[in-house]
Amino acid sequence: MEIELRGITKRFGEVVANSDVNLTIRAGEVLGLLGENGAGKSTLMNVLSGLYRPDGGEILIDGKPVQFRGPGDAIRAGIGMVHQHFMLVPVFTVAENVVLGVEPTGPVDFLDLKKARAQVREINETYGLEVDPDEYIENLPVGVQQRVEIIKVLFRSANAIIFDEPTAVLTPQEVTEFFAIVKSLRSAGKAIVFITHKLHEILEVADRISVLREGRIVGEGVPGKTTDLELAEMMVGRPVSFKVDKTPFSPGPVLLDVQHLTVLRENDAVAVNDLTLNVRAGEIVGIAGVQGNGQSELVEALAGVRRVAGGSVMFQGKDITGASARDRHRLGMAHIPEDRQRTGIIAAFTVAENMVLDTYYDSRFSRGLAMDWQAVNQNSAAAAAAFDVRTPSIFEKAGHLSGGNQQKLVVARELNRDTKLLIASQPTRGLDVGSIEYIHKRIVDAREEGDGILIVSSELDEIMSLCDRILVMFKGRIVAEFGAAGRPANKNDIGLAMAGVAA
Amino acid sequence: MSEQGETATLTARLLERAAPKRADFEDLVIVPVFAVVVALILGGVAMLATNVDLETIGRSYVALAYGSIGSINALSETITAATPLILAGLGVALGFRAGLFNIGAEGQILMGGMAAVVVGFSFTGLPMLVHLPLALLAGIVAGALYAAIAGWIRAATGAHEVILTIMLNMISYRLVDYMLRMPAIQRPGRSDPISSSVLPTAELPRLLEWLGPNLRLHSGVFLMLAAVLFVYWLLFRSTIGFEFRASGESPEAARFAGMRSGLIIVLVMALGGAFAGLAGANQVLGVLGRASSGFSAGIGFDALAVALLGRSHPFGVVIAGLLFGALEAGGRQMQVDAGVSIDLIGIIQSLIILFIAAPLVVRALFPWGFRKGAPASKE
Amino acid sequence: MAIETVQANRKLDTQAGRQSRIAAVLLVGLSALTAMVFAQVGDGDAVFRLSRASDAIVLPDLAVPAMEFNYIAAGVLAFLGVRLWIRGGSGRISLSLGFGLLLAVAAFLVWATVGKAFSLTGMLQATVVRAVPIALGALAGVLSERVAVTNIAIEGMLLAGAFTGALAGSLLGGWGGIAAAVLVGGLFGLLLAALVVTYRVDQIIAGVVINLFVLGVTSYVSSQVFQEYRFLNNAPVFRVISIPLLSDIPVIGPVLFQQNIFVYGALIMVAVATYYLFYTRSGLRARAVGEHPRAADTLGIDVYRIRYINVTIAGMVAGFGGAWLTLGLVGRFDENMTGGRGFIALAAMIFGRWHPVGALMAALIFGFADSLQQKLALLQTPIPAEFLAMAPYLATIVVVAGLIGVARAPAADGKPYIKE
Repeated sequence: MEIELRGITKRFGEVVANSDVNLTIRAGEVLGLLGENGAGKSTLMNVLSGLYRPDGGEILIDGKPVQFRGPGDAIRAGIGMVHQHFMLVPVFTVAENVVLGVEPTGPVDFLDLKKARAQVREINETYGLEVDPDEYIENLPVGVQQRVEIIKVLFRSANAIIFDEPTAVLTPQEVTEFFAIVKSLRSAGKAIVFITHKLHEILEVADRISVLREGRIVGEGVPGKTTDLELAEMMVGRPVSFKVDKTPFSPGPVLLDVQHLTVLRENDAVAVNDLTLNVRAGEIVGIAGVQGNGQSELVEALAGVRRVAGGSVMFQGKDITGASARDRHRLGMAHIPEDRQRTGIIAAFTVAENMVLDTYYDSRFSRGLAMDWQAVNQNSAAAAAAFDVRTPSIFEKAGHLSGGNQQKLVVARELNRDTKLLIASQPTRGLDVGSIEYIHKRIVDAREEGDGILIVSSELDEIMSLCDRILVMFKGRIVAEFGAAGRPANKNDIGLAMAGVAA
Repeated sequence: MSEQGETATLTARLLERAAPKRADFEDLVIVPVFAVVVALILGGVAMLATNVDLETIGRSYVALAYGSIGSINALSETITAATPLILAGLGVALGFRAGLFNIGAEGQILMGGMAAVVVGFSFTGLPMLVHLPLALLAGIVAGALYAAIAGWIRAATGAHEVILTIMLNMISYRLVDYMLRMPAIQRPGRSDPISSSVLPTAELPRLLEWLGPNLRLHSGVFLMLAAVLFVYWLLFRSTIGFEFRASGESPEAARFAGMRSGLIIVLVMALGGAFAGLAGANQVLGVLGRASSGFSAGIGFDALAVALLGRSHPFGVVIAGLLFGALEAGGRQMQVDAGVSIDLIGIIQSLIILFIAAPLVVRALFPWGFRKGAPASKE
Repeated sequence: MAIETVQANRKLDTQAGRQSRIAAVLLVGLSALTAMVFAQVGDGDAVFRLSRASDAIVLPDLAVPAMEFNYIAAGVLAFLGVRLWIRGGSGRISLSLGFGLLLAVAAFLVWATVGKAFSLTGMLQATVVRAVPIALGALAGVLSERVAVTNIAIEGMLLAGAFTGALAGSLLGGWGGIAAAVLVGGLFGLLLAALVVTYRVDQIIAGVVINLFVLGVTSYVSSQVFQEYRFLNNAPVFRVISIPLLSDIPVIGPVLFQQNIFVYGALIMVAVATYYLFYTRSGLRARAVGEHPRAADTLGIDVYRIRYINVTIAGMVAGFGGAWLTLGLVGRFDENMTGGRGFIALAAMIFGRWHPVGALMAALIFGFADSLQQKLALLQTPIPAEFLAMAPYLATIVVVAGLIGVARAPAADGKPYIKE
């Protein structure tokens, strides 16, 4: 099987996501599609999987042009996709998710779940994937959910499988397992597309590499011949350095002292379990860990937007366990939430309004109940200029900005005042390299000014390059500490700790 | 130095406002105009379908126009009908802005009206300067408290305010019926549910009696105008309004920014109820003079439409309220002159909202009214 | 080791703990009410009649010693409340609360009936009858919310069904009336789907608009046309069909098997809907669309089509339910005759946790409250009729306030799906 994309162009309104892209995918081969966030990789693959219809160009399978009117057509043509955000129904079982859309049925449209279970087991055995067909998706760890996605694709007997950023949610060890699965699929004769922005992964697993930038193919490479620096330059369009410059580590007094903190999820399950940590002035503490090990709940509890079920939180010697988000904010804590679209900004508000979202009550911006819009606008314009928020004007809706500029807006809001402690959750998720570099620089600047910083990130590279101390979180607890007083940071050891393997 | 200058120019550039887009104009002007025209046409179709001949249809629309804007009396009637709609519409609009769908205006009007009536006939011997404000205040407080029940339950348990307010409406009908039969409230000598009359010292004075005894326009209209300005200030010029709008657009982001969502919900509902209660007080003190079973007459539901039509903007609510008031007043004339049921107005009103709420439908029906290209509401 | 001990001794502030404390307070309150009000009746029995003299099998009347029964009920309620308070989240909160409410209602009934006689079977029969439109409305809600379309328009669809039932029933007879009502209900379902799916109107606004539109049209026609041409609003009423043998069972027979076509229709529809949603391929797809439309889309399932189909069917169900008001009850249409039943149906749907059978059960509870109020008016209790009439609405508020967090709506409920 050979799939050829010829001159694919896709526009969203005035934004050109893909422009004249040519690509060939062959059976028994892993094509690495490299590009930074926002380069148009996912759009391209959504075109190939029938979710989007291209505005120009054509798709050929084994030399014959095909038209996909929807994902169903692509599936029937043997193309399967494992999306970055899993397309699984959380309240369905594994078997129900796998057969959805191609269900085995009996008379009167009866859903034959017995047969479905047997079919799932069959695939499990053929490819050595172990998943219980009767388990509900919401009860499964992400690594297993990914396997369910792979089973889904195999169940539809796909010949070409597209993986969109498949390693984003996995531990380093799970990544190794995942690569083994990819290699076994390749030897089974499947054509595989592997989309990522991580250079070392693509060099490890791909047979050929295509680099996408700003919607165009800007270069190709072959592992072994092309170096990671060359690929990085193709991807970003300029030479990049991955190093973060910062002064030597000299921490001050303890700012944030968390003792035996316990935080619950909505369903009363324990998310943060008797956790103890502290952050000192002038240090960056990183929390590494696989998503869903309680990091989000920890940050929300520290920021005052989630109830603390047990333990205490002290800030500069003051007990703030039960303090409101507003009070914490007043004391000098800043919070960059992990989901900027949902909790960081208000898309329908202007840049100026977003800039004062948590400071509007301050005497700088209001007198009594009356807002001082002139002061708000002046201040917002200055902050937007100072923090490189690219927008036509501060009266533009924040929802119209790019992801990177939205995040810079959040950073500007949180840091453009007298802060003492910054809590940043996934501060650079989904951003382009330029924005990432800029935000990292700002975070390091805050450290140089003597702020304490707590960063939660699922990008191990980010944690390792930024942080003075690294804590690894697993099942709601801190299971290991690296750097400074602890062991020196080492990717393999951190990975093992992330997987809960006691080291 | 030069870098500083650069930042300053950048800052200045960021402060420039973009010119209003044509799409905004289309949404704010063309769509509503089309909506009204199409609704009137379809109202004619409804009449045709129910065997009304063309001549009568013509006559009824003439009556509609005459009865709403054709004379001083018509204008007085239009504004009198519009005043409670606008007041209650402001309350509903506040809720919309804060992301709350307050369907309970009807019940809040009833509660506010009842409280105003009770105060209005209970205190004899008070001067008007004390009595009237007291009666109005009673209406405001009763409406606010009644709405706050829904707000509090919503904030405390997360129960949906639509169901809560609908249930409170249902309860309010029975409550009013019960209260109207209480010996202290029922008009002496009557067996049907009707209250004693409001004393003259608590009545909203009529404004145009010197022109003609039938002109019902009363000073409630000033209350309405003050309320409009107040809501505008509240929404767009105050910190509370900022909080309301923020939690309306994204409750989660508002909560993360340190706003107290529970308090905001209760406050928004109470304020909305206060305006609805004022609308109720306005009716009993300015128009009806007493309370009877179901005296809210659906104003609370029309207020919902008025708020939607006015795009939840205080000035929009005024325009929408006047439109609905005109339809109301004209509809009565229509029923008298052409013998067409006033219920037709209900059809026309719902169609207007339909087209306003679905601009894409209007665009599909009248593509030549709009600039070609991407539709304005792409989000 | 030390940490583990700390963990075990520490009392965590859990959601379930808070809920159970609220429920416990409620139960103790009910207990106090029962002991201090309902039990203060002096000696006397409350007599509940279970059969009519004409029934095939006649059961003796049930005589309950009022004071004793209510003191025991108060004791049980207090016990349930205290147990819930002490054991915290580990008790079954909703079970205790449900049983407690049932007990309190029984105590209330005993109090109201003491010294008099009261036909329990008759009230249960009325319960089922009154539950029909609510159950069908709630079922319509389940069908559309399962595909993530919030259906505020149930009220309008019921009203449209009632109106069409009367009009078409007058012209074409009862069956023609039902067919037309189902058809018109379906049309409004289709309209709702078109508005929210194709034209992306806010779902609540679309529902409100449909409600207003139906109210406007039906009121206009009934005042403009029906006043003059009365024969257009004079439909036959479906008679009770007794099912042989089954209808002779005491209590259950009259309640379930001596009813008209609408009751049987509602029961069948609930059964069919349950099978459809949870045991068929189409049901699985529909639920997937309601939970995670994008996932369904990536698997080649047409989200828009499924929403259209389900919401249209929901409209048809509601249309049938509306026809009950005219063809099943009075035979003529009156303005706004649904009187908010559509909204109660919405509450029943939530109470029934978006499940057809749950919705039916919830509807029965509302039907019970409704018929209770009617019968109690006959018993001449000291409670004013208006307060009894409020009971279903107060119950709804308690239900939606108390059950939130326990019930889980379809994940995508109320959200439009935009393909690109």
